[in-house]
Amino acid sequence: MAEGTNYLTETRGLKSWLFTVDHKRIGVMYFWSIMTALFLGGVFAMLVRIELLTPRQTIMSAETYNRMFTLHGAVMVFLVLIPSIAATLGNFVLPLMLGAKDVAFPRLNLASYWIYVAGALFGLYSMIAGGIETGWTFYTPYSTSAGGGVTPMVLAAFILGFSSIFTGINFIATIHKLRAPGLTWFKMPLFVWGMYATSIIQVLATPILGITLILLLMERMFQIGIFDARLGGDPLLFQHFFWFYSHPVVYIMILPGMAIMSEVIPVFSRKTIFGYKAIAFSSIAIAVVGFFVWGHHMFVSGQSPLAGAIFSFLTFLVAIPSAIKVFNWLATMYKGSISLEAPMLYAISFLLLFAIGGLTGLFLGSIATDVHLHDTYFVVAHFHFVMFGGTVIAFLAGIHYWWPKMFGRMYSEKWARVSAVLVFVGFNLTFIPQFIMGSRGMPRRYYNYLPQFQPMHVASTIGSWVLGLGFLIMAGYLFASLRKPYDAPSNPWGGATLEWETASPPITHNFETTPAVTHGPYDYAALRSDA
Amino acid sequence: MNWLRSLLLPAQGSAYASEYDTLFLFITLLSAFFFLLIAATAGWFVWRYRRAREQAPTSMVTQSLALELTWTLIPLAIVMGIFFWSLNQYVGASVAPGDAMEIQVTAKKWLWAFEYQNGTRTVNEVHIPVGKPVKFVMSSEDVIHSFFVPSMRLKQDVLPNRYTELWFTPTTTGMHTLLCAEYCGRSHSDMLGKIWVDDDATFQKWLEEGDESTRTMPLKELGKMLYESRGCSTCHSIDGTRGDGPSLRNVFAHDIKLADGKTVIADANYIRESILEPQAKIVLGYEPIMPTFQGLLREREILALIEFIRSLN
Repeated sequence: MAEGTNYLTETRGLKSWLFTVDHKRIGVMYFWSIMTALFLGGVFAMLVRIELLTPRQTIMSAETYNRMFTLHGAVMVFLVLIPSIAATLGNFVLPLMLGAKDVAFPRLNLASYWIYVAGALFGLYSMIAGGIETGWTFYTPYSTSAGGGVTPMVLAAFILGFSSIFTGINFIATIHKLRAPGLTWFKMPLFVWGMYATSIIQVLATPILGITLILLLMERMFQIGIFDARLGGDPLLFQHFFWFYSHPVVYIMILPGMAIMSEVIPVFSRKTIFGYKAIAFSSIAIAVVGFFVWGHHMFVSGQSPLAGAIFSFLTFLVAIPSAIKVFNWLATMYKGSISLEAPMLYAISFLLLFAIGGLTGLFLGSIATDVHLHDTYFVVAHFHFVMFGGTVIAFLAGIHYWWPKMFGRMYSEKWARVSAVLVFVGFNLTFIPQFIMGSRGMPRRYYNYLPQFQPMHVASTIGSWVLGLGFLIMAGYLFASLRKPYDAPSNPWGGATLEWETASPPITHNFETTPAVTHGPYDYAALRSDA
Repeated sequence: MNWLRSLLLPAQGSAYASEYDTLFLFITLLSAFFFLLIAATAGWFVWRYRRAREQAPTSMVTQSLALELTWTLIPLAIVMGIFFWSLNQYVGASVAPGDAMEIQVTAKKWLWAFEYQNGTRTVNEVHIPVGKPVKFVMSSEDVIHSFFVPSMRLKQDVLPNRYTELWFTPTTTGMHTLLCAEYCGRSHSDMLGKIWVDDDATFQKWLEEGDESTRTMPLKELGKMLYESRGCSTCHSIDGTRGDGPSLRNVFAHDIKLADGKTVIADANYIRESILEPQAKIVLGYEPIMPTFQGLLREREILALIEFIRSLN
């Protein structure tokens, strides 16, 4: 309903976007870039699933298949999941929620976007530079001896790390220094707490990945003898380094998803979040304990049984804060006034899928049961329930929730619900059979497989088509909404956080005057009495 | 619970597998309970507290220490229970009994080679006696592989710079599938083996004399069997399609162009040399990646392979 200009229309032309320092425009550029990567990663996944329709060759050679699942993993992890929520919705919403005009370092923010693009292009270049077939985990000595595309892909991950670090630094500084008057730490929306915990991990863990990848490149180029057994190195050392980053990175992916849940559930239940401090502190607990559980990826790697036992113990501990969050979200819905628009549908999906993802984690954190399940489809299904059922579903909840704020238009609620249901059904059809295959002994990254697994593979592939259809419909109604004139009210869902106090879409400087914080982020009663 | 066990898990090959399944099913039922609890609560709240009118008042409850403690401590107690149960089982399965029969395992792209203490060597097939503990002492010649026997519920990575071990006591005779579970390249998913659990008499006879079939089967048939069971088919086709190695069709007695520019005739001696010293003569356009089969095949088995290749013309 905006009259006059907003951040989308104030300046025009490609240059005004490419060189913008407006956090909202940078968020929107990230959004389209990440959606492109999501599309690509999704296409790779669909091709992998089609190949697996039959136990032998279906549409591609073994070599192409290995490249496909590597690209799917690398694109989804480094280009989609890690930056997804923080770089798009975090960038767009965080300063608004704090009542700030922008992030603390707007130019650094733009730099982080350009570094992301450079890293993404390097990653795609690996496809023509000989291809990469190591899996996204780059395990040595396979990756030190494999062909041409490994170097550009590893460089890509290295470059993308800086993008992630810059965003983290920016958010930490912004949260500390740019809160509106009256917005004390415990009046901040929980989304901000989630972003804060995420940023801490980004800043502390990502340099480890950078160092590891540089060592890997040096091993490939100069044979320095750190990871390659033939040169006196130790391949297990690489796994330790790699998971020291790549386990915390799981929390870089999921904490922002949980942060979105803590906004959407109260708003659509019209009820103050239950256990604010429990949720806020559990994010910090996850961020801290998450640094000490990396060895649970290595129970059968040859690390010592004592190390395995300690990592198993810590893994069970880190499960508790996630459980606390789930129970608090449920309690938030108790005696609320619940409406099931698209963002809330996704939030309910998250609750169910993340619960399965978390509970199946019990099998894997438990050291004896993990031995049989490690590197099987059970693990594949488990992390897809967490990464897709958790992070991506929460990202979709967030996109649907803030879409009116970002683009000033409402999308078709009817089609959004159809799509949400298709995504939910398709996802379950794709991955539930994979749990069963996995516990029955189907290893992951298999091009050929034993014929007894074919029925479950076929079910899984059909599920991927349903899931794909859900996404196609989503793309359809979201694009369609952009062709309409601005029709979103400033506060379509009745949210009580500050971003709903400015116009949809906001003006370039976010607020006409610095907003005064007169009520809590979940104080819907105050909102009612205002109206 | 048996139907659930046979839906979710493969056949049991040892007493450990049955212990494993008990813990697995316990966690399954526990997870199912908590999932249903969460799903039913969410579903009930969504229906019970659905928004009837815009301005419906909502509860002002915002926290409860008692509740927070309840849903922190109960899950904590449960996961600690699982931790100790699982750890106990893991420790029990980690240490092999002193009298376990030892078999050396060498993993390489893309086959499993076994060596018994009496010097008997096999590829991709291993025979063990029922009811006796067997310990596999494993190392890799190239990248990391992983020795995975679903029916025993066991798996262990195989590394290039150290020995790792895996042991079990098989309780049922018959064939158990061995798979490679750590991604190792193009033919990772073809790196399969067969573990035959025999009764004691059959096993002793096999260990002393080798397979009955190896001694009596006609050469060509034996060659075909070995081609399939010893990993040749992973890289060499017999229908002319190009794999990691050259196809074996129309090779025998034909001219072969080598990487060093020379040409040789693929006679029986050339094929014998290619099996035992694969790096000696490399065919033009292929990489020198074939592992040696020196010591892994009996004399009659090499003859059988030559005879089989001759029959492909």
